[in-house]
Amino acid sequence: MKNPKRPLMLAVLALGVFMSLPSWGNGMILIPAGSFRMPAFLDKTPRKVNSFYLDKHPVTNAEYLSFVEQHPEWHKSSVKKIFADANYLEYWSGDLDFDKTSGASSPVVRVSWYAARAYCASLGKRLPVIDEWEYVGQMPFKDKNDLKTVILEWYGQSSEWPLPSVMKRSANTAGIYDQHGVIWEWVEDFNSSMVTGESRADAALDRNLFCGGGASSAADPSDYAAFMRYAFRSSLQAKYTVKNLGFRCAKDKD
Amino acid sequence: MKYAAVKKSLIGIAALVFAVSAYAQEKIKGEEKAILTDAPDVPPPITRKHATKVIVDLETKEVKMRLADGVDYTFWTFGGKVPGKFIRIREGDQVEFHLHNHPSSKLPHNIDLHAVTGQGGGAEGSFTAPGHSSTFNFKALNPGLYVYHCATAPVGMHIANGMYGLILVEPKEGMPKVDKEFYVMQSEFYTKGKYGAPGLQPFSMTKAVEEKADYVVFNGNVGALVGDNAIKAKVGEKVRMFVGNGGPNLVSSFHVIGEIFDRVYIEGGKLVNENVQTTLVPAGGSAIVEFKLDTAGTFILVDHSIFRAFNKGALGMLKVEGEHVKEIYSGKTEDGIYQPEGGVIQEVGESAPKIIPAKNIQESIARGKRIYESSCFACHQTNGQGLPGAFPPLAKSDFLNKNKSKSISAVVHGMDGKVTVNGKEYDSIMPAQVLTDDEISNVLNYVYSAWGNSKKTVTPDEVKAIRASGRVK
Repeated sequence: MKNPKRPLMLAVLALGVFMSLPSWGNGMILIPAGSFRMPAFLDKTPRKVNSFYLDKHPVTNAEYLSFVEQHPEWHKSSVKKIFADANYLEYWSGDLDFDKTSGASSPVVRVSWYAARAYCASLGKRLPVIDEWEYVGQMPFKDKNDLKTVILEWYGQSSEWPLPSVMKRSANTAGIYDQHGVIWEWVEDFNSSMVTGESRADAALDRNLFCGGGASSAADPSDYAAFMRYAFRSSLQAKYTVKNLGFRCAKDKD
Repeated sequence: MKYAAVKKSLIGIAALVFAVSAYAQEKIKGEEKAILTDAPDVPPPITRKHATKVIVDLETKEVKMRLADGVDYTFWTFGGKVPGKFIRIREGDQVEFHLHNHPSSKLPHNIDLHAVTGQGGGAEGSFTAPGHSSTFNFKALNPGLYVYHCATAPVGMHIANGMYGLILVEPKEGMPKVDKEFYVMQSEFYTKGKYGAPGLQPFSMTKAVEEKADYVVFNGNVGALVGDNAIKAKVGEKVRMFVGNGGPNLVSSFHVIGEIFDRVYIEGGKLVNENVQTTLVPAGGSAIVEFKLDTAGTFILVDHSIFRAFNKGALGMLKVEGEHVKEIYSGKTEDGIYQPEGGVIQEVGESAPKIIPAKNIQESIARGKRIYESSCFACHQTNGQGLPGAFPPLAKSDFLNKNKSKSISAVVHGMDGKVTVNGKEYDSIMPAQVLTDDEISNVLNYVYSAWGNSKKTVTPDEVKAIRASGRVK
């Protein structure tokens, strides 16, 4: 535990390469440019997304451990209160040791937005923005599982603990794992006013979402799933840590 | 001069009246923690004669519990049960409300109390991420029985999963004394499986939108007020039921079989009606019913939209012990035979409304475009260009133009495995589309008419034939 491999260095070297060796750590996958319809938005105009790299799976406890080893300012004992709330890495038993019941390859959770950004930046990466995340998030699974069902069923279950290891389920058609059904994920622009605490009044705020009066036509169940992501993101503050909220990193193509 | 003097004194009186009414608002004296109870219990009546500061702590928690025998459901709750905790305060009270969202919650939650005057009924001030708490304050201006519920997007789903309860704001003068008080709340559940389908049942959004409830229940599950769980009282006692309806969709026709409500506070407000058989309880609304128990028996609580009671669970029991007063109800005194004439059972045939098929190819294409834009667009993209490496193009597609029946089959039955389109190989999955034969013919006519394709036409009959013969290899 004290001296894990350094999978991250390899991951950095392997940027842009379609990696098929999961044990090597968090390879990135090149997501082709394209357009998509933002779920639950009144404006159905296709939104363009440029090509970018996205981590194949959420950042794991082992990966996060090697980050905090290099960056003592992110130890749970020394993190500044304005950058993470009191429950930062709450389930870790020490600064450099995560809970044994929560495996090395389970997603790291209980990290703030600041921490997630710092992690990505340390590898020359960044957090994905909502458009990027949602664009990849609506690509279907490689196996036959229906995306909507997986998402809605996960939302309908009590939280699981300890969290399962990453990459235990089907990847989507782009080769990305675990966007749905394991944890929530931080995004760079999580606080971009998607839903307010009083979501039913949002239609009056011209926020382009099916809420309040505007919700009357939200008949697509995938919109429902998206609502919950928007609602979840808007309930957060940058220093918050949550037991089922982790992250993955992205990177520009050039 | 005289006029001016009168005017001046009038203003003076008006000012005085205003000052008195402002002064009449009660002073807040002291502080207390609200007693909260789970249904069917109600917190004790408020005996104090002054307004106070009341502290309410309520926790939102997502828990797996029984919905019916053999059927579980992941409920989202206020306080760990459905319905949520009963809150009892007094008119004029100043409430400090703390909403705590349990760390194991998957979702943020908030609370809209219909007893609150102000933005969102508290929803805006109580929006809380998992593992966090929010505090807001309100003044109880209007007495009455009010529903509270979660109002986080998607609001319907948070309510459908069990996030509602009742808050009673007792009038300053208090409520007439009764012997027993009960908390009864109706609501309905929409599950993937039908009524009684075993196992952990997920929420069905489709059924909720269509308002086709599988379960209609009192106090959160089938049988919550039945058998050993029945509410109990004695002959001679006066009972009061605080009846709420969480919805999310249905209005309740609340009735107690074999009883007549002596008094009903209509919609939980001040207006009292007397001698009522059935009272309406709106979704997101309430009623208070009172009646004296004149004879013993088991009295059945129902939603008198009666299939809900006997087929969906909206049934409870009030067991009344004591004397069977024969003068009030005798029970059966004679058993005879009656032979009526006629009595043939009649039935009327039913048929679903017919959707008129497209009159011509132009109309079919126009309808097909709408289907494309809702069902196909996400993968095959706006102009049928597809996504390289993931979804094959439909524009100028050699596969499409060469293989009409395979294309129809792909929409009807789905498709997977390797396929070469315009020289490129694709290996992904197309799910079968839930569309009618007409709709599939329309959408394919649209695709064939667009983006340089071969303008082939597809008839509903061709679709029907392929649907019957199975996947085209």
